[in-house]
Amino acid sequence: MRFETPTSVDQAVALLAADPEARVLAGGTDLLVRLRAGQIAPSAIIDIKRIREMTVISQEDGGWRIGAAVPSAEMNEHAALKADWPGVVESADLIGSTQIQGRATLAGNLCNASPAADSVPAMMAARATARIAGPDGTRDVAVEGIPTGVGKTSLEKGELVTSIFLPAKPAHSGDAYLRFIPRTEMDIAVVGCGISLTLDDQGKISDARVALGAVAPTVILSQSCADTLIGTAGDDAALDALAAAASAEAKPIDDKRGTIAFRKDVVGVLAKRAAKIAITRAGGKTGGET
Amino acid sequence: MPKDEYTSRDFKVVGTRPIRPDGIEKVTGKARYGADISAPGMLWGAILRSPHAHARIKGIDTSKARAMKGVKAVITRADFTHQPEDSGMADILDNCMAGDKARYDGHAVAAVAATSKSIARAALAAIEVDYEVLPHVTDVDEAMKTGAPVVEPGRQQESVPEGYCENVTGRSQYGHGDPESGFEQADLIVERSFKTAATHQGYIEPHACLATLDSDGQGDLWVCTQGHYMVRNVCAGVLGLDAGQLRVTASEIGGGFGGKTHVWMEPTALMLARKSGKPVKLVLSRDEVFRATGPTASSSVDVKIGMTSEGKITGATATYRLQAGAYPGGIAFLSAMCGFAPYDLENVRTEGFEVMTNRPKAAAYRAPGAPMGAYPVESVIDELCQKLDLDPLETRLKNAAREGTRSSYGPTYPAIGLEATLEAAKSHPHWSAPLGENQGRGVACGFWFNFGGDTCVSLMVNPDGTVSLSEGNPDIGGSRASMTMMAAEELGVPLDQVRTIIADTASLGQNEVTDGSRVTFAVGLATIKAARHAIEIMKERAAMTWGIDPEAVDWRDGAAHPAGPNAGKFPPMTIKEIAAIASNTGGPIAGHHEVNAEGAGVSFATHMVDTEVDPETGAVKVLRYTVFQDAGKAVHPDYVEGQFQGGAAQGIGWAINEEYIYGDDGRLQNAGFLDYRIPVASDLPMIEPVILEIPNPGHPYGVRGVGETSIVPPLAAIANSVSRAAGVRLTSLPMSPPRVLAALKAQ
Repeated sequence: MRFETPTSVDQAVALLAADPEARVLAGGTDLLVRLRAGQIAPSAIIDIKRIREMTVISQEDGGWRIGAAVPSAEMNEHAALKADWPGVVESADLIGSTQIQGRATLAGNLCNASPAADSVPAMMAARATARIAGPDGTRDVAVEGIPTGVGKTSLEKGELVTSIFLPAKPAHSGDAYLRFIPRTEMDIAVVGCGISLTLDDQGKISDARVALGAVAPTVILSQSCADTLIGTAGDDAALDALAAAASAEAKPIDDKRGTIAFRKDVVGVLAKRAAKIAITRAGGKTGGET
Repeated sequence: MPKDEYTSRDFKVVGTRPIRPDGIEKVTGKARYGADISAPGMLWGAILRSPHAHARIKGIDTSKARAMKGVKAVITRADFTHQPEDSGMADILDNCMAGDKARYDGHAVAAVAATSKSIARAALAAIEVDYEVLPHVTDVDEAMKTGAPVVEPGRQQESVPEGYCENVTGRSQYGHGDPESGFEQADLIVERSFKTAATHQGYIEPHACLATLDSDGQGDLWVCTQGHYMVRNVCAGVLGLDAGQLRVTASEIGGGFGGKTHVWMEPTALMLARKSGKPVKLVLSRDEVFRATGPTASSSVDVKIGMTSEGKITGATATYRLQAGAYPGGIAFLSAMCGFAPYDLENVRTEGFEVMTNRPKAAAYRAPGAPMGAYPVESVIDELCQKLDLDPLETRLKNAAREGTRSSYGPTYPAIGLEATLEAAKSHPHWSAPLGENQGRGVACGFWFNFGGDTCVSLMVNPDGTVSLSEGNPDIGGSRASMTMMAAEELGVPLDQVRTIIADTASLGQNEVTDGSRVTFAVGLATIKAARHAIEIMKERAAMTWGIDPEAVDWRDGAAHPAGPNAGKFPPMTIKEIAAIASNTGGPIAGHHEVNAEGAGVSFATHMVDTEVDPETGAVKVLRYTVFQDAGKAVHPDYVEGQFQGGAAQGIGWAINEEYIYGDDGRLQNAGFLDYRIPVASDLPMIEPVILEIPNPGHPYGVRGVGETSIVPPLAAIANSVSRAAGVRLTSLPMSPPRVLAALKAQ
């Protein structure tokens, strides 16, 4: 097995394009686990952490570009990023332990293509896009366009994600991500829910995005859930409708981490709780009558 | 009955909290654990394991693996040419290396030794095994049914009545009186069935060893174990070696909790070493630890208890069905002995069934059988208290066993500490603290026998008057600290004048495994006796020097003194002075003691816990936890408190999230710490330990074992707390969020 340390995106693309069995290493918190478990045996590992542009967080068009090799611990220390997108930063901060936080990345979490990935529902709710570099140049793709199934992505041969872009946060907006795990940490989401929403001048929800994790082969970006919120002030009736919609949208399986019934119930509970946090962050009030 | 060893005294060292002698090595990473040792020319061992729950092995082709560069030995069962006569030994051999069939997912079928780990792994992949997959059974109740797949025919003992499936290999019965007439006197009877999942001990250090075995039959084994004498005896028995030719040294140990009181792979390492002619290191992965070592039994239990409206238990019965895994044995008899042990009952009957299944051989886990013994009983008592509007602590006090009580398993108790733990619980501020919404408080009692057993200790007085103490039990719970303290106490010397080491099997006589909470009691007793032996010799040397009778010499404060004015006026001779002239007064000075220690002194605890249940998700949060346990005498209270807290922490995991999950294919689905959920630090509240000291008459200082009792009450205490918080009785462990939410919705 070769270990490659390219210092530019072009070098990384060339290495990847030349060797279909090569794997990209960002934080390695999924890759190395699978390697040690004998689930994968790549011909080469391409470490992207020496590529300068992939290791920085920078402001762009009022939003934030986060390099593919930026660990979540750095995001958590970035006050301005956290102030704009607390839900996204918190979702990444839930992954693993303090030690894992020093390595784990948003882009890696996305490309691992697990339906239970904590940061993916939060990124989808935030309308995040992934910048992809490949032999044919660069393209930007909505985050929801990357995972296509469990462990599968839409990336073509020679392509890799170089950064995640979080757009400028609209006024009176807030986001939140919650997950359910049986423990308090060091676990994988049994259910997750990311919500981002915007209030109008009257305090009514004018825009909403709701993403449900670990309840289908890929994270569900649910329009029906969003519709229960848009036009309301996030009152109890709207939140109950959101919970019902989330439970209806969920298509989970029975497995060692939870049952179908449990996941369908709890995804509604989490949607409601996440919506309340997002509304509060947007400057609104929750829990009132219609 | 044990002779009365205990005398009251004022302690100078025992009961204090000195810094642990192994602390610096461990916090600086210098301590050597099982995998931390290597040898020149060493090979790496690796084991091929069955992917099937039950399969006949029709053939194994190792030719490709043997032909690989760097592969120095490949073994299968055919290489183990010695067939042990003892059926227990034969079962251990079969578990280490499958014979005609693989009995569970993870059962070893072949092994290799190679010059690198990656070559060893590649060699395993090159071994071809021809399996004929057989029907399997992994559930204890299913395994008892007529027509269930039989794991191994012909192993049923005479204790099993006719008509039971052959998987039922043993049945035990305990009790006295007539429960049926007892139930007639009851104002309320509650009868319920319970289940607990199989749980793993979850020690942090996987099994590891380094073996050499030469053609002349001499061997050395470095191994992480709770009992290196047991490892020696078993390896010798399995391989047909002389025990005296095999020297076993225990490494430092990263936890065991009973899971390292068994032999899982050491004969394999020795056989690879013999065949390759090289030292072989074998280190299990976490996946292998889960699939092929350890777990304790899952259980299925029926309990029936009758109570008067005043809270007196009039009759009680329990039937325990525990799975032994792929070999006969099992611990249902211990559940049947322990379940009602805390109570003074006129009419009680219990029975236990040992059941074979296609799972790894069930191993000891901290008070084996007792947690599943107590959980159903304490749950039903709690339900009776709820329905009769009785105080759960007062009700337990009303029925509590005390000195003179005939226990439910037979013996009559000497002085015991159950009432003291209940009284301490009653007067603790935790009992009267307010509870919030969705919160509940549970209490439960627990019992464990404790154990003594074969023990040898040697205590050397060095020429400079310092003391070297050798014991033969791996230090898993602070035994070097405790032994050092007891030796210093008895000799009257400062703590830093004594160093305790764990001797190898060639340096001391037979020592029983570190189990049964026996070490502080039994090795402590032997240490005190060895010190007294050395003191007698030192008194003789002083008497010789002074020209007086040895009986006219006293020992105190680390020195010999003339016993009184009539003995003569001599200045005291210190241990240093006596040691300095030992060569001229008869030679080196050493004390020793060898004993099969009796009088371990049974142990009781009461646990109290507050939980909060999230009514929307079923998640359980442990808010507050207090342990009340009798330690007899706490030698080093920090370690005693650690045992109380550790048992409670493991009990919390067992109660809330831990379980072996099997698929329909009979394979273990969660062989790792991600999906086998032991608690993480943030899952636990501060666990407050309250030490009670009711001296054990069987120990010179009154010591009782404390290591195991602490895991007996938590399952029930937490179940009672959650059931009260949720407003619904939970009868299946673990109380994982999906189970709790389903119970809430079924209300």
